[in-house]
Amino acid sequence: MTIKVNKFKCGYCGACVGVCPAGALELVETWIEVDDNCTSCGICAKICPLGAIEVSR
Amino acid sequence: MKDYYDVVVVGAGPAGSITAKTAAEKGLSVLLIEKRQEIGDPVRCAEGVSKVWLRKHINPESRWICADVKGSRIFSPDGTMIEMAEEVAGGEVGYVLERKLFDRVLAYESAKAGAQVFVKTRATGLIIEDDFVKGVRLMHWGQEYDVRCKIVIGADGIESKVGRWAGIDTSLKPVNIETCAQFLMSGTGIDQDYCYFYLGNEMAPSGYVWIFPKGGGLANVGIGILGSKSGKKTAFEYLNDFVADKYPDARILEVDVGGVPVSGSIERTTANGLMLVGDAARQSDPITGGGIINAMEAGRIAGEVACNAISEDDVSVERLNEYEEKWRSTIGLEIDNSLVVKNVFINFTDKELDGLAHSLQDVNFSSMSLLDLLYALFKANKKLLWDLRGLFRNVVKNELDFDH
Repeated sequence: MTIKVNKFKCGYCGACVGVCPAGALELVETWIEVDDNCTSCGICAKICPLGAIEVSR
Repeated sequence: MKDYYDVVVVGAGPAGSITAKTAAEKGLSVLLIEKRQEIGDPVRCAEGVSKVWLRKHINPESRWICADVKGSRIFSPDGTMIEMAEEVAGGEVGYVLERKLFDRVLAYESAKAGAQVFVKTRATGLIIEDDFVKGVRLMHWGQEYDVRCKIVIGADGIESKVGRWAGIDTSLKPVNIETCAQFLMSGTGIDQDYCYFYLGNEMAPSGYVWIFPKGGGLANVGIGILGSKSGKKTAFEYLNDFVADKYPDARILEVDVGGVPVSGSIERTTANGLMLVGDAARQSDPITGGGIINAMEAGRIAGEVACNAISEDDVSVERLNEYEEKWRSTIGLEIDNSLVVKNVFINFTDKELDGLAHSLQDVNFSSMSLLDLLYALFKANKKLLWDLRGLFRNVVKNELDFDH
Protein backbone atom coordinates (compact mmCIF):
# COMPACT_ATOMS: atom_id res chain seq x y z
CA MET A 1 0.00 0.00 0.00
CA THR A 2 1.48 3.25 -1.06
CA ILE A 3 1.12 6.20 -3.35
CA LYS A 4 2.90 7.22 -6.51
CA VAL A 5 3.97 10.83 -6.98
CA ASN A 6 4.42 11.85 -10.59
CA LYS A 7 7.60 13.90 -10.30
CA PHE A 8 6.98 15.48 -13.68
CA LYS A 9 3.69 16.94 -12.42
CA CYS A 10 4.60 17.63 -8.78
CA GLY A 11 5.16 21.28 -7.86
CA TYR A 12 6.78 20.28 -4.52
CA CYS A 13 4.46 22.55 -2.51
CA GLY A 14 4.06 20.17 0.45
CA ALA A 15 0.25 20.39 0.68
CA CYS A 16 0.10 16.56 0.65
CA VAL A 17 2.49 16.41 3.61
CA GLY A 18 0.25 18.78 5.58
CA VAL A 19 -2.85 16.60 5.18
CA CYS A 20 -1.28 13.17 5.64
CA PRO A 21 -2.89 11.75 8.81
CA ALA A 22 -0.19 9.10 9.15
CA GLY A 23 2.76 11.48 8.82
CA ALA A 24 4.03 9.22 6.06
CA LEU A 25 5.07 11.94 3.64
CA GLU A 26 7.94 14.37 3.62
CA LEU A 27 8.90 17.19 1.30
CA VAL A 28 12.66 16.80 0.90
CA GLU A 29 13.89 19.93 -0.90
CA THR A 30 12.20 19.36 -4.27
CA TRP A 31 10.64 15.93 -4.04
CA ILE A 32 8.16 13.96 -1.95
CA GLU A 33 9.24 10.86 -0.05
CA VAL A 34 6.74 8.28 1.23
CA ASP A 35 7.48 5.91 4.10
CA ASP A 36 5.94 2.64 5.28
CA ASN A 37 3.31 4.39 7.40
CA CYS A 38 1.28 5.22 4.27
CA THR A 39 -2.19 3.64 4.48
CA SER A 40 -3.25 4.61 0.93
CA CYS A 41 -6.07 6.70 2.43
CA GLY A 42 -5.92 8.93 -0.64
CA ILE A 43 -6.34 12.31 1.09
CA CYS A 44 -3.07 13.56 -0.42
CA ALA A 45 -4.23 12.61 -3.92
CA LYS A 46 -7.55 14.37 -3.33
CA ILE A 47 -6.06 17.70 -2.30
CA CYS A 48 -2.98 17.84 -4.56
CA PRO A 49 -3.41 21.11 -6.52
CA LEU A 50 -1.77 19.54 -9.58
CA GLY A 51 -3.24 16.04 -9.46
CA ALA A 52 0.27 14.60 -9.26
CA ILE A 53 -0.51 11.76 -6.83
CA GLU A 54 -1.93 8.34 -7.64
CA VAL A 55 -3.04 5.88 -4.98
CA SER A 56 -2.18 2.24 -5.45
CA ARG A 57 -4.06 -0.14 -3.17
CA MET B 1 27.97 25.31 12.25
CA LYS B 2 28.33 24.92 16.00
CA ASP B 3 26.98 21.93 17.89
CA TYR B 4 25.09 24.09 20.38
CA TYR B 5 22.80 27.16 20.14
CA ASP B 6 20.26 28.72 22.47
CA VAL B 7 17.62 28.52 19.73
CA VAL B 8 17.39 26.55 16.48
CA VAL B 9 14.76 27.79 14.02
CA VAL B 10 13.62 25.32 11.35
CA GLY B 11 12.44 27.15 8.23
CA ALA B 12 13.39 30.58 6.86
CA GLY B 13 10.03 31.98 5.83
CA PRO B 14 8.61 35.11 7.47
CA ALA B 15 7.76 33.28 10.73
CA GLY B 16 11.18 31.68 11.12
CA SER B 17 13.22 34.71 10.10
CA ILE B 18 11.36 37.08 12.43
CA THR B 19 11.70 34.61 15.31
CA ALA B 20 15.43 34.27 14.60
CA LYS B 21 15.88 38.03 14.30
CA THR B 22 13.98 38.76 17.52
CA ALA B 23 15.84 36.10 19.50
CA ALA B 24 19.24 37.19 18.12
CA GLU B 25 18.54 40.85 18.91
CA LYS B 26 17.94 39.82 22.48
CA GLY B 27 21.39 38.32 22.64
CA LEU B 28 20.57 34.63 22.18
CA SER B 29 22.72 32.44 19.94
CA VAL B 30 20.49 31.44 17.05
CA LEU B 31 20.73 28.99 14.16
CA LEU B 32 18.24 29.50 11.28
CA ILE B 33 18.07 26.62 8.80
CA GLU B 34 16.27 26.42 5.45
CA LYS B 35 16.01 23.15 3.58
CA ARG B 36 15.86 24.79 0.17
CA GLN B 37 18.97 26.10 -1.47
CA GLU B 38 17.21 29.40 -2.22
CA ILE B 39 15.26 31.22 0.46
CA GLY B 40 11.84 32.34 -0.80
CA ASP B 41 11.64 29.93 -3.71
CA PRO B 42 9.38 28.33 -4.88
CA VAL B 43 6.70 30.91 -4.06
CA ARG B 44 3.54 29.47 -2.51
CA CYS B 45 1.69 32.71 -1.94
CA ALA B 46 -0.49 35.39 -3.58
CA GLU B 47 1.93 37.90 -2.02
CA GLY B 48 -0.59 40.48 -0.76
CA VAL B 49 0.00 42.11 2.62
CA SER B 50 -1.40 44.96 4.73
CA LYS B 51 0.84 48.04 4.77
CA VAL B 52 0.16 49.05 8.35
CA TRP B 53 0.95 45.63 9.75
CA LEU B 54 4.00 45.10 7.54
CA ARG B 55 5.60 48.30 8.85
CA LYS B 56 5.49 46.96 12.37
CA HIS B 57 8.19 44.54 11.29
CA ILE B 58 10.20 46.07 8.45
CA ASN B 59 10.52 49.34 6.55
CA PRO B 60 9.10 48.88 3.05
CA GLU B 61 11.68 48.95 0.24
CA SER B 62 10.80 49.38 -3.41
CA ARG B 63 13.00 46.48 -4.52
CA TRP B 64 10.68 43.89 -2.92
CA ILE B 65 7.38 45.69 -3.43
CA CYS B 66 5.75 45.04 -6.79
CA ALA B 67 2.54 47.01 -6.43
CA ASP B 68 0.85 49.49 -4.14
CA VAL B 69 -2.84 48.62 -3.87
CA LYS B 70 -5.62 51.15 -3.17
CA GLY B 71 -8.57 48.83 -2.87
CA SER B 72 -10.35 45.60 -3.71
CA ARG B 73 -13.01 44.66 -6.22
CA ILE B 74 -15.04 41.61 -5.31
CA PHE B 75 -17.28 39.92 -7.89
CA SER B 76 -20.21 37.67 -7.00
CA PRO B 77 -21.09 34.76 -9.32
CA ASP B 78 -23.44 36.89 -11.49
CA GLY B 79 -20.74 39.56 -11.89
CA THR B 80 -22.04 42.05 -9.32
CA MET B 81 -19.07 44.09 -8.16
CA ILE B 82 -18.43 45.33 -4.63
CA GLU B 83 -15.63 47.86 -4.46
CA MET B 84 -13.79 48.56 -1.26
CA ALA B 85 -11.35 51.43 -1.56
CA GLU B 86 -9.46 53.47 0.95
CA GLU B 87 -10.70 57.01 0.48
CA VAL B 88 -9.31 58.54 3.62
CA ALA B 89 -6.56 61.06 2.91
CA GLY B 90 -3.13 59.43 3.18
CA GLY B 91 -4.95 56.15 2.90
CA GLU B 92 -3.10 52.93 3.14
CA VAL B 93 -4.17 49.50 2.08
CA GLY B 94 -1.76 46.91 0.83
CA TYR B 95 1.35 45.95 -1.01
CA VAL B 96 1.92 43.05 -3.33
CA LEU B 97 5.36 41.68 -2.50
CA GLU B 98 8.09 39.87 -4.39
CA ARG B 99 8.34 37.01 -1.90
CA LYS B 100 11.55 35.68 -3.45
CA LEU B 101 13.29 38.90 -2.39
CA PHE B 102 11.22 39.66 0.70
CA ASP B 103 11.92 36.32 2.38
CA ARG B 104 15.63 36.63 1.66
CA VAL B 105 15.68 40.16 3.09
CA LEU B 106 14.00 38.92 6.29
CA ALA B 107 16.55 36.12 6.63
CA TYR B 108 19.30 38.71 6.08
CA GLU B 109 17.75 40.84 8.85
CA SER B 110 18.12 37.88 11.20
CA ALA B 111 21.74 37.42 10.06
CA LYS B 112 22.47 41.10 10.71
CA ALA B 113 21.06 40.62 14.21
CA GLY B 114 23.57 37.82 14.73
CA ALA B 115 21.75 34.62 13.73
CA GLN B 116 23.67 32.00 11.77
CA VAL B 117 21.83 31.07 8.57
CA PHE B 118 22.29 27.79 6.72
CA VAL B 119 20.49 26.96 3.48
CA LYS B 120 20.11 23.51 1.89
CA THR B 121 19.95 22.28 5.48
CA ARG B 122 16.99 20.14 6.52
CA ALA B 123 15.77 18.99 9.90
CA THR B 124 15.36 15.21 9.86
CA GLY B 125 14.27 14.73 13.46
CA LEU B 126 14.35 16.07 17.00
CA ILE B 127 16.63 15.12 19.86
CA ILE B 128 14.21 14.37 22.69
CA GLU B 129 15.42 13.48 26.21
CA ASP B 130 13.30 13.18 29.37
CA ASP B 131 10.29 14.42 27.40
CA PHE B 132 12.11 17.66 26.52
CA VAL B 133 13.13 18.69 23.02
CA LYS B 134 16.88 19.18 23.32
CA GLY B 135 17.97 19.72 19.75
CA VAL B 136 17.60 18.93 16.07
CA ARG B 137 19.04 16.32 13.73
CA LEU B 138 20.11 18.00 10.51
CA MET B 139 21.05 17.05 7.00
CA HIS B 140 23.44 19.65 5.59
CA TRP B 141 24.91 19.05 2.13
CA GLY B 142 24.43 15.33 2.52
CA GLN B 143 26.05 15.16 5.95
CA GLU B 144 24.14 14.47 9.16
CA TYR B 145 24.65 16.59 12.25
CA ASP B 146 23.19 16.73 15.75
CA VAL B 147 22.74 20.27 16.99
CA ARG B 148 21.68 20.74 20.58
CA CYS B 149 19.79 23.76 21.87
CA LYS B 150 17.45 24.99 24.57
CA ILE B 151 14.49 25.74 22.31
CA VAL B 152 13.53 24.52 18.84
CA ILE B 153 11.22 26.70 16.75
CA GLY B 154 9.16 24.85 14.14
CA ALA B 155 8.63 27.35 11.32
CA ASP B 156 8.49 24.65 8.68
CA GLY B 157 5.32 25.66 6.92
CA ILE B 158 2.35 23.73 5.58
CA GLU B 159 4.46 20.55 5.41
CA SER B 160 5.59 20.92 9.04
CA LYS B 161 7.09 17.85 10.65
CA VAL B 162 8.63 19.49 13.71
CA GLY B 163 5.33 19.63 15.62
CA ARG B 164 4.50 16.02 14.77
CA TRP B 165 7.93 14.87 15.94
CA ALA B 166 7.16 16.50 19.29
CA GLY B 167 3.77 14.80 19.54
CA ILE B 168 1.57 17.65 18.29
CA ASP B 169 -0.80 16.43 15.59
CA THR B 170 -0.78 19.23 13.01
CA SER B 171 -2.34 17.17 10.19
CA LEU B 172 -5.07 19.04 8.32
CA LYS B 173 -8.39 17.52 7.26
CA PRO B 174 -9.40 18.28 3.65
CA VAL B 175 -11.99 20.76 4.95
CA ASN B 176 -9.18 22.59 6.75
CA ILE B 177 -6.90 23.29 3.78
CA GLU B 178 -7.33 25.46 0.71
CA THR B 179 -5.55 23.87 -2.22
CA CYS B 180 -4.19 26.58 -4.49
CA ALA B 181 -2.65 27.23 -7.90
CA GLN B 182 -1.43 30.52 -9.32
CA PHE B 183 -0.04 31.90 -12.58
CA LEU B 184 2.12 34.97 -12.88
CA MET B 185 0.63 36.45 -16.05
CA SER B 186 1.23 39.23 -18.51
CA GLY B 187 -1.54 40.71 -20.61
CA THR B 188 -4.48 40.55 -18.18
CA GLY B 189 -5.01 44.28 -18.57
CA ILE B 190 -6.14 44.71 -14.96
CA ASP B 191 -6.05 48.07 -13.19
CA GLN B 192 -2.81 47.78 -11.15
CA ASP B 193 -4.33 49.80 -8.30
CA TYR B 194 -6.73 47.04 -7.26
CA CYS B 195 -6.89 43.47 -6.03
CA TYR B 196 -9.67 41.42 -7.63
CA PHE B 197 -11.63 38.58 -6.06
CA TYR B 198 -14.11 36.33 -7.88
CA LEU B 199 -16.57 34.17 -5.96
CA GLY B 200 -18.64 31.27 -7.25
CA ASN B 201 -19.00 27.55 -6.69
CA GLU B 202 -18.64 26.75 -10.39
CA MET B 203 -15.45 28.77 -10.62
CA ALA B 204 -13.88 28.13 -7.20
CA PRO B 205 -15.87 25.85 -4.86
CA SER B 206 -15.68 27.13 -1.26
CA GLY B 207 -12.84 29.41 -2.21
CA TYR B 208 -12.12 32.24 -4.58
CA VAL B 209 -10.10 33.40 -7.55
CA TRP B 210 -7.73 36.29 -6.91
CA ILE B 211 -5.91 38.64 -9.22
CA PHE B 212 -3.22 40.70 -7.53
CA PRO B 213 -1.20 43.29 -9.51
CA LYS B 214 2.56 42.62 -9.66
CA GLY B 215 3.57 45.85 -11.41
CA GLY B 216 4.69 46.45 -15.00
CA GLY B 217 1.55 44.88 -16.44
CA LEU B 218 1.98 41.60 -14.57
CA ALA B 219 -0.45 39.95 -12.15
CA ASN B 220 -0.75 36.94 -9.87
CA VAL B 221 -3.86 35.10 -11.05
CA GLY B 222 -4.66 32.37 -8.59
CA ILE B 223 -7.31 30.14 -7.13
CA GLY B 224 -7.93 28.40 -3.85
CA ILE B 225 -10.58 25.71 -3.42
CA LEU B 226 -11.46 23.89 -0.24
CA GLY B 227 -9.67 20.54 -0.01
CA SER B 228 -12.97 18.72 0.54
CA LYS B 229 -14.16 20.02 -2.87
CA SER B 230 -10.96 19.03 -4.66
CA GLY B 231 -10.28 15.69 -6.31
CA LYS B 232 -12.30 15.12 -9.46
CA LYS B 233 -11.08 18.49 -10.62
CA THR B 234 -7.87 20.00 -9.30
CA ALA B 235 -7.15 23.63 -8.35
CA PHE B 236 -4.84 23.76 -11.38
CA GLU B 237 -7.66 22.65 -13.70
CA TYR B 238 -10.05 25.21 -12.20
CA LEU B 239 -7.44 27.91 -12.76
CA ASN B 240 -6.85 26.85 -16.35
CA ASP B 241 -10.60 27.08 -17.01
CA PHE B 242 -10.83 30.54 -15.45
CA VAL B 243 -7.87 31.83 -17.43
CA ALA B 244 -9.01 30.28 -20.71
CA ASP B 245 -12.38 31.97 -20.30
CA LYS B 246 -11.23 35.35 -19.03
CA TYR B 247 -7.73 35.92 -20.40
CA PRO B 248 -7.31 33.68 -23.44
CA ASP B 249 -4.52 35.88 -24.82
CA ALA B 250 -2.56 36.41 -21.61
CA ARG B 251 0.80 34.69 -21.10
CA ILE B 252 1.89 32.53 -18.17
CA LEU B 253 5.37 33.41 -16.87
CA GLU B 254 5.38 31.32 -13.68
CA VAL B 255 3.31 28.58 -12.04
CA ASP B 256 2.95 28.42 -8.25
CA VAL B 257 1.07 25.86 -6.16
CA GLY B 258 0.48 25.36 -2.48
CA GLY B 259 -1.79 24.52 0.41
CA VAL B 260 -3.06 27.09 2.91
CA PRO B 261 -4.19 26.03 6.41
CA VAL B 262 -7.75 27.23 7.12
CA SER B 263 -8.30 25.14 10.24
CA GLY B 264 -8.31 28.04 12.67
CA SER B 265 -6.29 27.84 15.89
CA ILE B 266 -5.01 24.37 16.72
CA GLU B 267 -5.12 23.05 20.26
CA ARG B 268 -1.44 23.31 21.09
CA THR B 269 1.59 25.01 19.56
CA THR B 270 4.12 24.36 22.33
CA ALA B 271 5.86 21.40 23.94
CA ASN B 272 8.77 21.17 26.38
CA GLY B 273 11.54 23.07 24.56
CA LEU B 274 9.50 23.74 21.42
CA MET B 275 7.28 26.37 19.81
CA LEU B 276 5.52 26.33 16.44
CA VAL B 277 5.06 29.53 14.42
CA GLY B 278 3.36 30.59 11.18
CA ASP B 279 1.83 28.01 8.83
CA ALA B 280 3.45 25.25 10.90
CA ALA B 281 1.20 26.44 13.76
CA ARG B 282 -1.72 26.77 11.30
CA GLN B 283 -1.88 30.51 12.04
CA SER B 284 -3.00 31.63 8.57
CA ASP B 285 -6.37 33.38 8.31
CA PRO B 286 -9.18 30.89 7.61
CA ILE B 287 -11.18 33.28 5.41
CA THR B 288 -8.59 35.28 3.48
CA GLY B 289 -5.81 32.70 3.56
CA GLY B 290 -3.38 35.49 4.46
CA GLY B 291 -0.49 34.24 6.56
CA ILE B 292 2.46 36.62 6.29
CA ILE B 293 1.46 39.11 8.98
CA ASN B 294 0.27 36.47 11.44
CA ALA B 295 3.52 34.59 10.89
CA MET B 296 5.58 37.69 11.62
CA GLU B 297 3.53 38.59 14.69
CA ALA B 298 3.84 35.04 16.03
CA GLY B 299 7.56 35.04 15.23
CA ARG B 300 8.15 38.18 17.24
CA ILE B 301 6.22 36.79 20.21
CA ALA B 302 8.05 33.46 20.02
CA GLY B 303 11.44 35.21 19.87
CA GLU B 304 10.61 37.27 22.93
CA VAL B 305 9.23 34.32 24.87
CA ALA B 306 12.31 32.25 23.95
CA CYS B 307 14.49 34.94 25.50
CA ASN B 308 12.34 35.21 28.64
CA ALA B 309 12.20 31.45 29.13
CA ILE B 310 15.91 30.88 28.53
CA SER B 311 16.90 33.73 30.85
CA GLU B 312 14.85 32.02 33.58
CA ASP B 313 16.36 28.66 32.63
CA ASP B 314 12.88 27.16 32.24
CA VAL B 315 11.79 26.00 28.78
CA SER B 316 8.99 23.74 29.99
CA VAL B 317 5.65 23.75 28.23
CA GLU B 318 4.27 25.57 31.27
CA ARG B 319 6.79 28.39 30.87
CA LEU B 320 6.27 28.52 27.10
CA ASN B 321 2.56 28.96 27.72
CA GLU B 322 3.39 32.67 27.63
CA TYR B 323 3.67 32.22 23.85
CA GLU B 324 0.30 30.42 23.64
CA GLU B 325 -1.38 33.14 25.66
CA LYS B 326 0.14 36.01 23.73
CA TRP B 327 -0.58 34.80 20.23
CA ARG B 328 -4.06 33.51 21.08
CA SER B 329 -5.06 36.82 22.67
CA THR B 330 -3.86 38.83 19.64
CA ILE B 331 -3.75 37.22 16.19
CA GLY B 332 -5.64 34.23 17.58
CA LEU B 333 -8.79 36.24 18.16
CA GLU B 334 -8.92 37.28 14.53
CA ILE B 335 -8.17 33.75 13.39
CA ASP B 336 -11.11 32.51 15.49
CA ASN B 337 -13.43 35.18 14.07
CA SER B 338 -12.39 34.34 10.53
CA LEU B 339 -13.09 30.67 11.21
CA VAL B 340 -16.70 31.54 12.08
CA VAL B 341 -16.99 33.44 8.79
CA LYS B 342 -15.35 30.61 6.84
CA ASN B 343 -17.77 28.05 8.25
CA VAL B 344 -20.71 30.15 7.03
CA PHE B 345 -19.09 31.13 3.72
CA ILE B 346 -18.19 27.64 2.51
CA ASN B 347 -21.87 26.62 2.53
CA PHE B 348 -23.26 29.51 0.46
CA THR B 349 -24.87 28.73 -2.87
CA ASP B 350 -24.15 31.00 -5.82
CA LYS B 351 -27.64 32.42 -5.46
CA GLU B 352 -26.97 33.34 -1.85
CA LEU B 353 -23.62 34.91 -2.76
CA ASP B 354 -25.37 36.99 -5.43
CA GLY B 355 -28.06 38.00 -2.94
CA LEU B 356 -25.41 39.13 -0.50
CA ALA B 357 -23.66 41.17 -3.20
CA HIS B 358 -26.94 42.77 -4.28
CA SER B 359 -27.63 43.80 -0.70
CA LEU B 360 -24.38 45.80 -0.73
CA GLN B 361 -25.00 47.63 -3.99
CA ASP B 362 -25.82 50.91 -2.30
CA VAL B 363 -23.32 50.66 0.51
CA ASN B 364 -20.39 53.02 0.30
CA PHE B 365 -17.22 51.61 1.83
CA SER B 366 -14.82 54.13 3.21
CA SER B 367 -12.25 51.60 4.36
CA MET B 368 -11.09 48.21 3.17
CA SER B 369 -11.63 46.35 6.42
CA LEU B 370 -13.20 42.94 6.02
CA LEU B 371 -15.16 43.73 9.17
CA ASP B 372 -16.91 46.70 7.54
CA LEU B 373 -17.99 44.48 4.69
CA LEU B 374 -19.20 41.73 7.00
CA TYR B 375 -21.08 44.11 9.23
CA ALA B 376 -22.87 45.72 6.30
CA LEU B 377 -23.69 42.23 5.00
CA PHE B 378 -24.98 41.15 8.38
CA LYS B 379 -27.23 44.16 8.76
CA ALA B 380 -28.82 43.50 5.37
CA ASN B 381 -29.02 39.69 5.64
CA LYS B 382 -29.53 38.86 9.28
CA LYS B 383 -31.40 35.65 8.61
CA LEU B 384 -28.80 34.20 6.25
CA LEU B 385 -25.88 35.36 8.39
CA TRP B 386 -27.37 34.70 11.82
CA ASP B 387 -24.43 32.44 12.71
CA LEU B 388 -22.14 35.46 12.48
CA ARG B 389 -24.04 37.45 15.10
CA GLY B 390 -21.54 36.74 17.89
CA LEU B 391 -18.74 38.08 15.74
CA PHE B 392 -19.36 41.76 15.76
CA ARG B 393 -19.24 42.31 19.46
CA ASN B 394 -15.90 40.46 19.57
CA VAL B 395 -14.46 42.06 16.49
CA VAL B 396 -15.36 45.56 17.57
CA LYS B 397 -13.55 44.85 20.82
CA ASN B 398 -10.47 43.64 18.92
CA GLU B 399 -10.45 46.70 16.77
CA LEU B 400 -10.32 48.86 19.87
CA ASP B 401 -7.64 46.75 21.45
CA PHE B 402 -5.31 46.38 18.50
CA ASP B 403 -5.58 49.64 16.58
CA HIS B 404 -5.80 48.37 13.01
